[in-house]
Amino acid sequence: MKLQGLNSRGNVEKVMKDVKSQASKNAAPRKPGGLNAEIQSRIGHQLRAMYDDVVRQGVPDRFTDLIRKLDVPAAQSHVENGGGSTDQNDGRE
Amino acid sequence: MPLTDSLRDDILAAVPSLRAFAISLSGNSDRADDLVQETLLRALANIDSFQPGSNLPAWLFTILRNLFRSDYRKRRREVEDAEGNYAKTLKTHPSQGAHLEFEEFRAALEKLPQDQREALILVGASGFSYEDAAAICGCAVGTIKSRVNRARSKLAALLYVEGAEDFGPDETVRAVIGGSGG
Repeated sequence: MKLQGLNSRGNVEKVMKDVKSQASKNAAPRKPGGLNAEIQSRIGHQLRAMYDDVVRQGVPDRFTDLIRKLDVPAAQSHVENGGGSTDQNDGRE
Repeated sequence: MPLTDSLRDDILAAVPSLRAFAISLSGNSDRADDLVQETLLRALANIDSFQPGSNLPAWLFTILRNLFRSDYRKRRREVEDAEGNYAKTLKTHPSQGAHLEFEEFRAALEKLPQDQREALILVGASGFSYEDAAAICGCAVGTIKSRVNRARSKLAALLYVEGAEDFGPDETVRAVIGGSGG
């Protein structure tokens, strides 16, 4: 229905207006020494969102395999001297 | 201390966060994973020097940062390639509106000096205390605090003051709704 379309578009515009008005409202009284708490919290939120995006990917297999293989001291120096990262995958069964 | 099963588990548990830190330092997901691998090899080779009961993630982050620093000068060019590669690290794609905001934020972060960016990420995203972040970066606590503050101020200026005209509601809304007439 048309109404639905209008609603969703209206929401987008409203959100963006809110974002803009918050941003300009907050930016205006910013003092050189201190930051508005609202802006600080937005920055913190975005920083964590970006970081957590990678954290949520978990531990790639290559690292699990690496740690499992390298629990013997002799193996450590061997692999370090070898230096090749592609060798690590060849041993996978 | 010797490499026990539990220590091995703890090291693995730190890997996701090490990757996130490495990506934010290098701006390149392939390079970041190589950096994490080098970090793990270095940590395991020097596991005897790890003090039981001390902060394992901080120890690993220190190794990673030092590796990155020693290598950074040689590889400076790769940072310029960050934009395309960063997108590859994303498993889930945010909605377009969120994506625009995300890209804008990431681009602003790239503009920070290296010292400020790493301080902000260690404290603001990795969740380290100022003291731990100072130990990782090999500087005074006050230096970390001032770097974090300067990083926040600069991001705020880039995102909410300077960028206000470039990313105003008209352009952003137009992009979000795909220019549908009305």
